[in-house]
Amino acid sequence: MAAEGKAIDALSQFELAPVLGVVGNSVGFSQSNAHMLLAIVLITALMVYGMARRAIIPGRLQALAESAYEFVDGLVTEQVGEEGKRFFPFVFSLFMFVLFGNLLGLLPYAFTFTSHIAVTFGLAFIVFVLITVVALAIHGTKFFGYFFPEGAPIWLAPIIVPVEIVSYLSRPISLSIRLFANMVAGHVMLKVFATFILLIGGLGVIGPFVAVLPLAINVALVGFELLVAFLQAYVFAILTCIYLHDAVHLH
Amino acid sequence: MTPRILIAASLFGLALPALALAATTGEVPPVEGMPQLAFGHPEQGRFLVANVVWLFILFGLLYVLMSTYALPRVASVLEERRARIEADLEQAQAAKQRADAALAEHQAATAKARADAQAAIATATQQAQAETTAREEALNARLAAQIDAAEQRIAASRDAAMGALKTVAADAAEALVARLTGGADRAAVERAVGAELAARGQA
Repeated sequence: MAAEGKAIDALSQFELAPVLGVVGNSVGFSQSNAHMLLAIVLITALMVYGMARRAIIPGRLQALAESAYEFVDGLVTEQVGEEGKRFFPFVFSLFMFVLFGNLLGLLPYAFTFTSHIAVTFGLAFIVFVLITVVALAIHGTKFFGYFFPEGAPIWLAPIIVPVEIVSYLSRPISLSIRLFANMVAGHVMLKVFATFILLIGGLGVIGPFVAVLPLAINVALVGFELLVAFLQAYVFAILTCIYLHDAVHLH
Repeated sequence: MTPRILIAASLFGLALPALALAATTGEVPPVEGMPQLAFGHPEQGRFLVANVVWLFILFGLLYVLMSTYALPRVASVLEERRARIEADLEQAQAAKQRADAALAEHQAATAKARADAQAAIATATQQAQAETTAREEALNARLAAQIDAAEQRIAASRDAAMGALKTVAADAAEALVARLTGGADRAAVERAVGAELAARGQA
């Protein structure tokens, strides 16, 4: 399919297509959403089935579930402090959702829902709304002092305030584009080199031997993408925590 | 949720991409550029918007599942383990304290026994010494008394002997005088003998 019309078609993998037939089509339920549902099922299975034995000495699955719990718990407590405890379920859901989205996307035939800017921006928008609402709820109108740091000379206000406001508003954009761009770049690379394997592999007798090169690159890329999957989920979660810290403490 | 239902649900989820491949339609125009940004495309645009709506619904579902169901269970298990470890540590500490107390008690008892033994030895030694001293003193006193008595007897015997010597000397002197002179004054002889004895220091 990839090597048919155009030489390299790296982008069609991101096209959305409805699942569940007519019903899915009518409610716009695409394979992206199916993978979200799958991620949710897997996360819930890990956390519920993994902890089902409630063992004092955990087995493998329970250790995995507990590590995930304690990793995010440590993240929240370290970045936000004790007040951050009530945001823990949110950050945990966010981290696991992004992580499972990234990891599921690496499976053959699977779709990477985190490669859609609409999805990553949707998540970043939820974070943005949350931090703004939390900051307003805790600090009231004092929250607007956030845009003008204390101690700065007053004549700098016309410069500092717009810069601060722009940097605050750009948070969801940078947060969403970082994840989106990383996932798209990785999957485009994988697709491009996979296409190379097919194109070069068809070139006569020596073709299959030369095609080993892009194959080797793809093997390395999959490992690299695995790292990126974890790293970007971590970055998404830790930036959310840092923003929450700002919202709770105002600097 | 039982594990079987979860596994069935996972399998269903894994089957979805295959369904997606089967349901793709070919009538719509091809997507130009990045499908992620094709908001103007008749099909893609619709799905992109729906994607976000479903994202909010599904992420909300995940949040509710996690916050009300999954995470509290993990928290309770972790709390249980922490409490268990703490209780075990406390128990161990209590046991150690008991052991320390027993050891201290034992040491105190040993020290007391040793002190008692030493005191008993000291008392016994003192008693023995006192007895020895008393016995020695009694012996000394008896010996002294015996020596005194002996000395007295000796003195008495010597006096008696001296007395006898005086008489014998006087007798001898009288006999000598009588033989030489033919007659002797007994009283004068006795005086002379006495004077002579006194002069020699034997009276």
